[in-house]
This record gives sequence, structure tokens and C-alpha cells, in this order.
Amino acid sequence: MALLEVTDLGISFGGLRAVDELNMTVEQGALVGLIGPNGAGKTTVFNMLTGVYRPTDGGIRLDGENLVGKKPHEICKMGIARTFQNIRLFNKLPVLDNVKTGFHNEVTYTLPESLFHAGSYRKKEKQMDEKAMEILKVFDLDGQWDYKAANLPYGKQRKLEIARALATDPKLLLLDEPAAGMNPNETAELMETIELVRRRFQVTVLLIEHDMKLVSGICEYLYVLNFGRLLAQGTPVEVLSNPEVVTAYLGG
Amino acid sequence: MISNLIAGISLGSIYAIIALGYTMVYGIAKMLNFAHGDVIMVGGYMCFCATFYLGLPPLAGVLLAVVVCTLLGVTIERLAYKPLRSAPALAVLITAIGMSYFLQNAALLLWTANPKTFTSIVGYGSIQMGDVHITHVAMVTIAVCVVIMVALTLFTNKTKMGTAMRAVSEDKGAAQLMGISVNRTISLTFAIGSGLAAIAGVLLCSAYPMLVPTTGSMPGIKAFTAAVFGGIGSIPGAMLGGILLGVIEIFSKAYISQELSDAIVFAVLIIVLLVKPAGLLGKQVSEKV
Ligand SMILES: Nc1ncnc2c1ncn2[C@@H]1O[C@H](COP(=O)(O)OP(=O)(O)O)[C@@H](O)[C@H]1O
Ligand SMILES: [Mg+2]
Repeated sequence: MALLEVTDLGISFGGLRAVDELNMTVEQGALVGLIGPNGAGKTTVFNMLTGVYRPTDGGIRLDGENLVGKKPHEICKMGIARTFQNIRLFNKLPVLDNVKTGFHNEVTYTLPESLFHAGSYRKKEKQMDEKAMEILKVFDLDGQWDYKAANLPYGKQRKLEIARALATDPKLLLLDEPAAGMNPNETAELMETIELVRRRFQVTVLLIEHDMKLVSGICEYLYVLNFGRLLAQGTPVEVLSNPEVVTAYLGG
Repeated sequence: MISNLIAGISLGSIYAIIALGYTMVYGIAKMLNFAHGDVIMVGGYMCFCATFYLGLPPLAGVLLAVVVCTLLGVTIERLAYKPLRSAPALAVLITAIGMSYFLQNAALLLWTANPKTFTSIVGYGSIQMGDVHITHVAMVTIAVCVVIMVALTLFTNKTKMGTAMRAVSEDKGAAQLMGISVNRTISLTFAIGSGLAAIAGVLLCSAYPMLVPTTGSMPGIKAFTAAVFGGIGSIPGAMLGGILLGVIEIFSKAYISQELSDAIVFAVLIIVLLVKPAGLLGKQVSEKV
């Protein structure tokens, strides 16, 4: 069974059909790209996968379990984490605390414990700090753990968002244009980091990008969305040589 | 002079504790809970009933007040505010004002309009050091306020739930996507705010022993003012605003005019807001579009 199965997914905003009859599967451990011109409906797909929008039609299953109708925090607990196209960090919180918000999934101590500062509670807080630092290290952010998130340079903010998402211990990581606004060098480095993260955290990745050349290097499989509909799918080589895809990109 | 300062800090401590409830709820749920002042009154009555009718020791009275008010706060949120989570701010505000009247009238029904004489939980003793005169109530009030400030600061900055609260206050949507339940976090905020209101109620009635169903209104409004004064949404702001407000009030009573003191307090608020629209410690935020 595939990790993620999307069947006949669709959503309308008033008269606008933003996504229509989308079928998609993501296998366990895969690194899959969701590409398409601006306004194709890619972010909308992520919003449906994470419970921000409720689809008008179709189904979403993670590990065979239905997701439609679940609240975002429940879906997060089931194992989907994401980043945002427009960075949405907790700007006033220190870098370390941004990562720690992701640990909310594991309720490991009770309210009385935290109120009365029991020893076990302190130990758990310390363990969480250490775990958060480990994640930060992967992204070379451990040196700036006490910075306010807002004060990080742009590229590092993008990385911190991935770190925060990983803290929730997801099975499926959704990255929405992680390289947006980065220069080619930074982008290349980020793609390497994504590869590394995928192996290190054994997480399946679904990645949105509108520049298809960018993802063809690391993705094993691509879905191409255009005007809310699936235009093509296949390996990067297949997709890049598909005349319809080329036209869609030149036209868009 | 010093006596007045201490009296002011003591009154201000009560405002500060109440203001914390306003500011935390505003910070997390983005609403003004105008029924907050009346939770103070309920706290006062609970402590009164426990000690007067049931003959329980004062500490048990405080405990009962805190438990009842915490549950009351959470219940109010569930029943009155939660269904309006996505309603316009004005609808929520009107509901909160309605809730305030509901609590006052429920108290009127239960305890009548006859004032109850609250017995101070720490007695009426005082100490005299030279010219300086400090009541036991004032000392306990200030001490309790300090403990609450420290505990709350540690809680919000150092615990997982505190981190969740800060995250929700900044971006509800992103917080939810990190696995944080916004409903649970809001409930927790109301629980803490209302528990603190109970403590404030007991301290207030210990200092000013007349207990009537409208006891919470004026301190509630002043504490709200204090929260705005300090910068609504900011915890240190509520503390600072509360204490400054208490000091200004007592000083204007002592040196300017007994009758005009409230007018002076609000005049100061207006001046501060003209100079710093976001309050003393508030951050200037541009409306998101
Ligand atoms: N909440 C919404 N209300 C109305 N229209 C929306 C909403 N969200 C997305 N859309 C529309 O759906 C279409 C797809 O948008 P989006 O998913 O953001 O595209 P992409 O991420 O591929 O650039 C756009 O036309 C956009 O205006
Ligand atoms: Mg998008």
C-alpha cells in the first residue's frame, strides 16, 4: 500500500474549480515533486492534504486511513507535516522554541507535572531541548538557537521551517516551494539538504516547485498540475520531454 | 509617601493579576472577555461562602474560589465564545458583555443585593516602621503578585504548553499544523486567567471587604485599562500597567482629589495611548492584509 493515496480529489471556491479529479500516489520513502505553473492549484492540494481546506470531492488516505474531515492538528498527529510557500515561522519565538512547538504531538507530561515542576518534567524538558538542538544541527542552525526567528536571514528561515516540520516526526513531509526566493547556489545546497533529511529522518517527501528544472535533479517522480488538473506524470525525463508540459510552461 | 506607594503597589498588584487574564485571553483568542471582571466577584463570593457558611479555613476558601472560577471560565468559553470563533469581533464583544450581566444577575439571585462583609483571609493586622504603615493584606497581595508573575513567566517561556500558547497567539493556523490543538490552548488560557481572577477576587475583598454582585465591575474595567495601558497581549505589559495604574490611583487620591482620582487615571491612559498607541510595552503591529 502506498503511503499517500489521493483519489478524484477536487475543490471549488465559489465558481472556481481550483483542483479537479486529481489522482496521485506517493510510495513510502519516495521523493516526489508536484510541479506546475503559478496558480495551478499546488498549494491548494497541500491545504487539502493538511486539513486547512476541506475538499469538495474525493478522498485522501495516509497509510490507508482517511484524512478528509480531520482537523489540521489531528492530521499532523497522523504524520503529515508541512512548510509554507510564504514562510510562516513564529517570528517572536526563539529558533529553538520554533522547533519545540513541533514536539507538541507527544504529550509526555501532565498539567500538574508542569505546574509543580516535578523532576520528571524537568528531565523531559531537557530531553526536548537536546532533541531540538539535534534537529537544528542538521540544518546548521544550532549556533543561532537563541535568535528570534524573525532575525534569521531568509535562507535560514526557510531551513528552520523544515526543521520545525520535522520535529513533529512526520511520515510525510510536504514542502511548498522551499527554494522560493533563493539564488542558484542556495537552491542547490537546499536540495542537498532535502536529500540528506530524507535519508536521515526516513521521511517521505512531496515537494512543490514551479521551476521544473530545479526538481528534476532530485525527484524520482513528478506530477504536473495545470489549471487544477493533472497534465502529466512520470519520471523527470518523461515529463520534461512531454510536449504538453512544455507548452503549459511556455504558455503560463 | 512610602505608605502611599506601598498601598498603590498593593492595589496595582490586584489590577495586574486581573489584567493578566484580559491580556492572555486577548493574546490567544483575540477577544476582549468583558465577563472577566465578574469572575472576580464569583471568586469573592465562593471564598465568602466557604469561610462564612461552611466554616472552612481561609486557605480552603481560596482553593474553592480558584477551582470554581477555573471551571467557570472554561465553561463560559465553551458555551458562549467557542461557537463564535469565526464570528465578527463585535458579536463576540456583545456576547461577552451579555455574559457579564448574566453573571451579575445570577449573583444577585443567589446572594441578593445586600452587601456581604468579607472577612480578610489574612486578618487586619499591620506593621509600623517609623512613619511607614503597611497592612498585612498589602504585604500578602504584593507577595502573591510577585509569585504569580514569576510562575507565569516561567510557564509561558519554559514549558511546552507555554510555548504552544505563544505559538497560537502568533499564528493559529501554523500552530495547528504543528499539531497544537487551538481549542485546548484557548481553554487552558481561560482556565489560567479565571483561576487568577479568583485569587484577585479574594485579595480585593480582603482589602475592601464589601462584597456585592457588582464588586467585579470597576476593578475589571480598571484592570482592562491597565492591560491596554501596558500593551494588550503583553504579559509584562499587564503587570507593569496594573502596578502603575494602582500607584497613580492612590497618589491622585492622596494628593490631588478623592473624587477625581478615577478621572485622572483614565486621563493618564488617554495621554499614554496618544503617545504610544500600542501601550507601554505593546509592539506596533500593522494590520495583516
Ligand atoms: N481560499 C481560496 N479562496 C478562493 N480561491 C482560492 C483560495 N485558495 C486558492 N484559490 C485559488 O486557487 C487557484 C490555485 O491557487 P494555488 O493553489 O495557490 O496555486 P499554486 O500554489 O499552484 O500557485 C488560484 O486561482 C487561487 O486564486
Ligand atoms: Mg503555491
